Amino acid sequence: MTARIRNRTGQFFRMRRFKTQVKSVTDTSSTILGEAVARATPAPIASRIRGLSDRSMAWLFITPAIALLLAVNIFPLIWAIYLSFTNFRANRPNAALESVGLSNYSRVLNDPNIWQAMQTTAHFVFWTILLQTLIGFSLAYLIDRKFRGHAFWTTIILVPMMLSPAVVGNFWRFLYQPQIGLFNHIVSFLTGIPPSSFEMLGSVRLSPWAIIIVDTWMWTPYVMLICLAGLRSIPDYIYEAAEVDRASLWRQFWSITLPMALPFIMLAVLFRGIENFKMFDMVTLLTGGGPGSTTEVASITLKREAFESWRTGRASAFAIILFVAVFGLANIYVKALNKVKQR
Amino acid sequence: MKTIKQALLGATSAFVLFVAAPNLAQADELTLCWAAWDPANALVELSKDFTSQSGTTMKFEFVPWPNFADRILNELNSGGKLCDLLIGDSQWLGGSAENGYYVKLNDFFDKEGIKMSDFADAAVNAYATWPKGTPNYWALPAMGDANAWFYRKDWFAQPEIQAEFKKKYNRDLAAPTTWDELIQVAEFFNGREIDGKKVYGAAIFTERASEGITMGATSALYPYGFKYENTPGKYDMEGAVNSPEAVAGLEAYKKLYKCCTPPGYTDAYMGESLDAFKSGQVAMAMNWFAFFPGLYKDEKVGGDKIGFFVNPKEKVAASTLGGQGISVVANTDNMDGALAYIKWFAQPDVQKKWWSLGGYAVHKTVLNDPTFTESQPFAADFLVAMNQVQDFWQEPSYAILLQAMQKRLHDYVVADKGTAKEALDGLVKDWTEVFKDDGKL
Repeated sequence: MTARIRNRTGQFFRMRRFKTQVKSVTDTSSTILGEAVARATPAPIASRIRGLSDRSMAWLFITPAIALLLAVNIFPLIWAIYLSFTNFRANRPNAALESVGLSNYSRVLNDPNIWQAMQTTAHFVFWTILLQTLIGFSLAYLIDRKFRGHAFWTTIILVPMMLSPAVVGNFWRFLYQPQIGLFNHIVSFLTGIPPSSFEMLGSVRLSPWAIIIVDTWMWTPYVMLICLAGLRSIPDYIYEAAEVDRASLWRQFWSITLPMALPFIMLAVLFRGIENFKMFDMVTLLTGGGPGSTTEVASITLKREAFESWRTGRASAFAIILFVAVFGLANIYVKALNKVKQR
Repeated sequence: MKTIKQALLGATSAFVLFVAAPNLAQADELTLCWAAWDPANALVELSKDFTSQSGTTMKFEFVPWPNFADRILNELNSGGKLCDLLIGDSQWLGGSAENGYYVKLNDFFDKEGIKMSDFADAAVNAYATWPKGTPNYWALPAMGDANAWFYRKDWFAQPEIQAEFKKKYNRDLAAPTTWDELIQVAEFFNGREIDGKKVYGAAIFTERASEGITMGATSALYPYGFKYENTPGKYDMEGAVNSPEAVAGLEAYKKLYKCCTPPGYTDAYMGESLDAFKSGQVAMAMNWFAFFPGLYKDEKVGGDKIGFFVNPKEKVAASTLGGQGISVVANTDNMDGALAYIKWFAQPDVQKKWWSLGGYAVHKTVLNDPTFTESQPFAADFLVAMNQVQDFWQEPSYAILLQAMQKRLHDYVVADKGTAKEALDGLVKDWTEVFKDDGKL
C-alpha cells in the first residue's frame, strides 16, 4: 500500500512538471502565431480592429449565434405566444384574424381530452424513467466490473440506442403481432397461454405497457452509458481507502458509488424526462395513440390539434402550456441537480 | 480589365440561365398529385397519351393514403407550388374553394363545351360542387368510388360449408344483402378451419389516425338510418346523428368487429384489409372499388375464387362515398397546361380508356354503354353503389369534424369506452362546438 502511494506521488510530480513544460511551449507558439497573424492582417482591417474594444469584439463573435437563435428559437416562440391569443387557423389564410383573449388557454385547460393526454404522458414518462434508471444503472454497475468480454457486451447493449425510432417502431410492430410476432410467442412459450389470445398494441390494458417496453429497450443503453461515465469518474483511491477501513461492499456502494454517481444519474433522468415528455415518433408508429386514445400522449394531441384539426391558435396555447410546464419542471430539477453536485 | 468583364458576363449569363431554366422547364411540364394506389398507376399509363398529343411532360406526386391528407393539405395551406393538378378528396372541396386553393372551372367548362350533365349526377354532386349541389364547379369528376365488399367465392361454394350453413340458418349461403346477414355469415366463418388453416369472418376498417374507422363505420351507419342533419343545411344534428337507428348501426359495426375480425386488427385500413384477404385469412372484406380490378387479377385469390357485393342495406340502401375530382391548383405556374389536361381528360374516348385501364370513369358515355355491366364482374355493383352513395361533411372544417368522429368511434368500437349512444351524443357535442366556432350555429 505504501509503495503504491509513493509510486502515485512520483507520478503526480512527473505529470505536473510535464504540464508546465507543455504550457510554456504552447505560450511561446501562440505568441509567435499571434504576431504572424497580426503582421499578415491588411493595414485597413488591422486599424479598424484595433479601434474595437474587447466587449465589441465579443459582440462581433457572438452576433451570428444570437441572430440564429433569435430567428430559429425566439421569434417562433414569440409568434406562437401571439397566435395563442388569436383564432388563427393555418388552413384559412383568408379568414379575419381576431383576438380571443385567454379563451384558447381556458378551452385547453378545461378539455378532458387534453388532461387525459397529460395523464397518459405522465404514466409513460414515470415508468420509462424508473425502469431505464434501474436497469441502466444496474447494467453500468455490471459493465464497470470489467469482467471478461465486457467490451463486447457493452457494444451489444448499445445497439438498440443506435437505431432510428422509425425502424424500432416498425420492427416492434411486427414483434407484437398476435399471430406471427416473436414477442407473443415467447410469452406463450413461457406462460402457456396462446399467442393470439392477447394483443399488446390493440388492448387498452396492455398497449401503454407495450410502448413502455419498447422505449425501455431502446433507451436503457443511453442511461447505462451516462451512469458508466459516472462510475468510471470515481477515483480508485476512495475505494482503496474504504477497503483499508474494512467497509463492506454494500457500505461502499451506499456511501461512495451511489452518492458520487448521483449527479450523472440525475442528468440521465433529466435528459430522458425531457425526451419522453415530447415523445412522438415511436408512439405514432406503434399505436398511433390508440386503441381509442389510450396511448395518445400530449405531443400526438398537439399534432392533431395543429396539423389535422388546424386549430392553430388553440394548438399554440397548448404548446405554450407544455413549454412552461417542461421549462419550469426542468429548472427546478436543475437546481436540485446543482445542489447534489455541490455536496 | 478585359478578364474582369468576361468574368462578369459569364456570371450574368449563368445567373440568367439559373433563374430562367426552371421556368422554361415548367412551361411544358405538369405535376399531378394524388394518392399512391392502384388507379394512380393506371393514370400514369393513360397520361402518356396526353404527353404524346400535347408534348407536355407529366410528373406525378403520389402520396401513400395514411399521409395523403396531411401532406397535400400542408402543401396547399403553405402556398406550395408542388402540384399543378390535384386529385383531392371530396371533403376538401369546401375548404379549398373558400380559401382559393382551387380554380373555379365554370367559365372554362362553358368556353370548352364541357358539360357536367355528361357525368353521373351523384359524382358531379360529390366531387365537383361547392356549396354542395350548386352549379359551382371546382373539379372535374375523375374517379368514382364507394366502399364495397368482396368474398371468397370458392369457400362459399364448398358443398359441406353450404350444407352446414343451411342446417344452421335455414337459408342458402350467399353474398349478404343486409347487415344482419353480413354479421351472420361472418360469425359462421369465424374460427372455422378451411384448407387446414384457421380463418376469420371479415376484414373491416378500424384505422384511427386518418379516416379509416369513419369510412368503415359509416358503411353500417348509413344503411341503418344515420343522418348528419334533420334538415339539410340547418346543422340540426341532435336526433339525427344520435338517433336510435344510428345507435343500432354503430352497435352492429362493433358487433362485427368484436366477433369476426382477425387478431390484432385494431388499426386497419385499406392495406390491412387487402393483406388479410390475399393471405387467405378472411372470408369477406370491405374496401374501395378502386382495388377491385387488382384483386380480380390476383393469382392466389382472384378470378373464380373472388366474388363482389355492394354494401348491404338494412333500413335503407346506402354506400360510403370514396372517389375524387381533379382540380387545378390556383397557385400553378402552368395554368394553361393544367386546363389543357382537364379538357383532354374530359373527352369521352379518354374516359373509356380510363375505365379500361382500371380507373373508375363516371362519364355517362362509359356508364350507359350497354356492355358496361358485363365489362367487369364488379361493374354492375359499382353502378348500384354510385346511385346510393352518402358522403361525409364537405365543410371547410371537415378535418376537425373528421378527427372528432375518428376519436369517438375508435374509443367506442376498439377501446370499449362507453356505449354507442354516448359515443354519438359526444359526437353531436363536438360537432356543435365546431359549427358554433364557424358561426354556423
